[in-house]
Amino acid sequence: MNNKPKIGVYVCHCGVNISKTVDIDAVVEFASRMPNVKVVRDYAYMCSDPGQLLIREDIEKEGLNRVVVASCSPRMHESTFRKTLAAAGLNSYYLEMANIREQCSWVHEDKEEATAKAKKIVYAAVAKARLLEPLYEKEVDVEPATLVIGAGIAGIQAALDIANAGFKVYLVEKTPSVGGRMSQLDKTFPTLDCSACILTPKMVDVANHPNVELLAYSQVEDITGYVGNFDVKVRKKARYVDVNKCTGCGVCSEECRLKNRIPSEFNMEMGKRAAIYLPFPQAVPAKYTIDPERCLFLTRGKCGKSPKCVDACSAGAINFEQEDEIAEFKVGTVIVATGFDVFDAARKPEYGYSDYPNVVTGLEFERLVSASGPTGGAVVLGEGEDAVVPKDIAFIKCVGSRDASVGNEYCSRVCCMYTAKLAHLVMEKVPGANVRIYYMDVRAFGKGFEEFYDRVRREGIRYIRGNPSEIFKRGEKLVVKVEDTLTATPLEDEVDMVVLAVGLEPRKDAREIIDILRLSQSGDRFYLEAHPKLAPVDTATDGVFLAGCAQGPKDIPDTVAQAKGAASSALVLLASGKVKIQAQISVVDQSTCRGCGYCVEICPYGAIDLVTVNRMGNLAQAAEVNEALCKGCGACAAACFSGSIQQKSFMDRQILPQIAVLGVM
Amino acid sequence: MNTELMNEELQDFIQKYDLYGCIQCGRCTGGCPVTVRTNLNVRRFVNDSLNKDMLDDLAKLPEIWDCTACNTCAVRCPKGLKPLEVLMGLRSILVVEQGTVQSTVRDALESVFLEGNPWSKSRAMRSDWMEGLDVKIAEPGEKVENLIFVCCTIAYDPRVQMQAKNLVKLLNKAGVDYGFIGEGEACCSSEVHHLGEDDLLEEMVESNTELLNEYDAARIVTISPHCLSAFKNQYPDLKAGVIHYTQLIAELLKEEKLTISKEFPQKIVYHDPCFLGKQNGVYDEPRAILGQIPGAEIVEFDRRRERSLCCEGGGGKMWVESDSKKERLAETRAKDAGELGASILAVACPFCVLTLDDAVKAKGLEEQMRVAEILEIIGDLVE
Repeated sequence: MNNKPKIGVYVCHCGVNISKTVDIDAVVEFASRMPNVKVVRDYAYMCSDPGQLLIREDIEKEGLNRVVVASCSPRMHESTFRKTLAAAGLNSYYLEMANIREQCSWVHEDKEEATAKAKKIVYAAVAKARLLEPLYEKEVDVEPATLVIGAGIAGIQAALDIANAGFKVYLVEKTPSVGGRMSQLDKTFPTLDCSACILTPKMVDVANHPNVELLAYSQVEDITGYVGNFDVKVRKKARYVDVNKCTGCGVCSEECRLKNRIPSEFNMEMGKRAAIYLPFPQAVPAKYTIDPERCLFLTRGKCGKSPKCVDACSAGAINFEQEDEIAEFKVGTVIVATGFDVFDAARKPEYGYSDYPNVVTGLEFERLVSASGPTGGAVVLGEGEDAVVPKDIAFIKCVGSRDASVGNEYCSRVCCMYTAKLAHLVMEKVPGANVRIYYMDVRAFGKGFEEFYDRVRREGIRYIRGNPSEIFKRGEKLVVKVEDTLTATPLEDEVDMVVLAVGLEPRKDAREIIDILRLSQSGDRFYLEAHPKLAPVDTATDGVFLAGCAQGPKDIPDTVAQAKGAASSALVLLASGKVKIQAQISVVDQSTCRGCGYCVEICPYGAIDLVTVNRMGNLAQAAEVNEALCKGCGACAAACFSGSIQQKSFMDRQILPQIAVLGVM
Repeated sequence: MNTELMNEELQDFIQKYDLYGCIQCGRCTGGCPVTVRTNLNVRRFVNDSLNKDMLDDLAKLPEIWDCTACNTCAVRCPKGLKPLEVLMGLRSILVVEQGTVQSTVRDALESVFLEGNPWSKSRAMRSDWMEGLDVKIAEPGEKVENLIFVCCTIAYDPRVQMQAKNLVKLLNKAGVDYGFIGEGEACCSSEVHHLGEDDLLEEMVESNTELLNEYDAARIVTISPHCLSAFKNQYPDLKAGVIHYTQLIAELLKEEKLTISKEFPQKIVYHDPCFLGKQNGVYDEPRAILGQIPGAEIVEFDRRRERSLCCEGGGGKMWVESDSKKERLAETRAKDAGELGASILAVACPFCVLTLDDAVKAKGLEEQMRVAEILEIIGDLVE
């Protein structure tokens, strides 16, 4: 092909988004006088089918070999027009976008000045287009396996979908059992399904699935590599119990000297467990674990004459010599489903959570009403002879949500409904209960939510509009200090028990996964998706996807939907078996590179290494770019002291003339 | 005044206090301590300030003067608004623009303007409390580690002067570098702001900033939490940082430059002053000091720290009486202290001393307990 530039310039109106502020005719006329420009056209929506057809036909009929599209940001439609070029048989990197929307029409008001600027932008793009070179996208194989981090309902669902599609899944769970937060819930809103009844079968399925390798009580330590080819290192923590021998009979736990002495994490520290324990009856795997921080033998080297669990275990499964193991494997994609923490109510000291045992959080109350909870599902305060059934119960919504004073401006999206559900359960379990819910707004936005809200109100639950400000004690009663804002009446409401509808927060150790996978956080500190609308399960790291509350607060239906979305996105890569890698990557001229290593330091993707090169008989250090890891951000090229790194499509010899023409206008 | 201008003023008011940011959740009024005895509803004031009709009729709303400026409303607000400042803004419209002022308030403000204190006392008598004491006065320009700011009430009111005197004793004993300002000291104007005279506040801030910045002070130490709060919130140009004396004393005890050695076999309950606790987060230091007193038994109120109950001493309430016949909050506090069996109701604020003193008498509890400022307690216990 004769490579003398023949450029087509296509100016988009974007409806009126551009044409309202930019004189399209003037830009067209101006572009038609630029050197090497053979065709100039304008169109209402260049990205539409007929718009793209204009470009394709011109390439085919007029023999264009460069295309400039003057429209929106390359982030928006660069890939669209690359496909247009490819469809016409032209290398898709002969495209240059001139952004006259985000960088011009949207940010200016004066039409004359905006038009002048649009002309400059187009002129610069044409100057660069002349110098474009063809690039070829490489493909790499995708390892047909996925790592799922976190085995709550999000991780379980994503793992099952991928495994059912025939691909290998490594499911890593930090705690001794799969199940996550959902396993702690009693009933689920708005249908009042029993949480355990719908979750337990999935827990068993995922653990037994031939394509799933479950690594419970394990933590991801390191992930290196790139989309399609991640190397994963997982620490399998020592349970001090041989899982192949343990039958889950539980005699060890019955005999443990610390039985009923250690606060149970599963029961939000309300119930007690032993040092050797199963987190909850339906735990999967149904294998016991010794708590290394509490076990007398492990902490003091001595447990009576001999550890009682050892004596009790007829299978001989207890093994105090057990050590952590490191598992290493390769996957093509990663799904992060690490879930959430509940807001620490002690951070709102005005509610007295740290002072009063009858001020509890929603999740604690959830355990209290659960048949598998510390009271067997009875709503009682205190223990033994002192146990009383609270009659006057107040729920307080938005604790730690929508609250700038604790740095959480977002709505946690589940508290309105879980409060309604818990209030309903109180009405079921405590005859004659007097339940009120203090709220500032009721957000019943999901399917069946408003109907559920209607239902619980009619059960006799009072909704009082006002967010309480303080709780103190008067005799045996708690006083909720609040204003009924609908009647402008300040109240001191005396109750027996207060349930704080605590919101959802990112995991306290969220940072660990960020460091391992180079994820970003949004303003609310949850993991950031690649695009809030069009790429809600993707991340900035190719091949890494998000599912569930790790990305932001969600109810169970939304969590499952997102988990299926993440699984589907992972499967796209696994099923195709190949992934194209970025073509506009950095290249190093190793003959001039001084090997200072500055680029290695600043590369956000870890894509550059120093290697030893033979320079005319002398061994020297020089940078080398891993083509699969490079994302083409250009940071190294901008930073290189000797100008030895260049980014393809953004070579100095391409962008300097682009800048230069601006100076002469 | 034409409507156009009024609307502009209204818009300025709305912007200044971010009124559109309010979601009317009610946490401000819910937490407001005086709602149990007056008609004040600060949430409604925030809402109604969006409407100029109310601003025209402010004089008909005496409950504006019931606010004690304890700041609970602002601490609790989930949207970062300061409802209390909205009330102060309304007071300012009343006082500065509409000229509606009660005589007691006018006297206090005039006295600040003329004599540098709100108590109608002579400026020349500000240092009289120092008589017979070995007090180090710092000269402007002098390098001083701790520049002590006394407070008008402590300087003139014989009931609380002891605080300043005992602080001198303690500082001399500890051998730390300090200096008092002397007669040149003038009102921090915390209460001027709360009485709505923001023009006077501005003048006082300017002259006080100039005065305080003349010293080469590492930090300013206030005896009253009200001065502490004023310096922190109203004085953007102060060079030195500001702390409360309880922070300094706790530090000296920790460094063992002071030791509380005498027995004090009393049952002490500590009342958190709003301006020290809720407004400035100083909860631990006063407790650390009291905790070091040999022989003392320390008990705690149920409503303590962030949940402490206001004594109604701030917000200009020293000069504005509320109509309410209901039990004063200070009386509730005295009663609660009585039920705890306390013999000492300890505070760290001169206004709290005055309100709680009255309350202990009103409740007939003088036999059982007395109110004492921390400096008053420890002044004689240190050897």
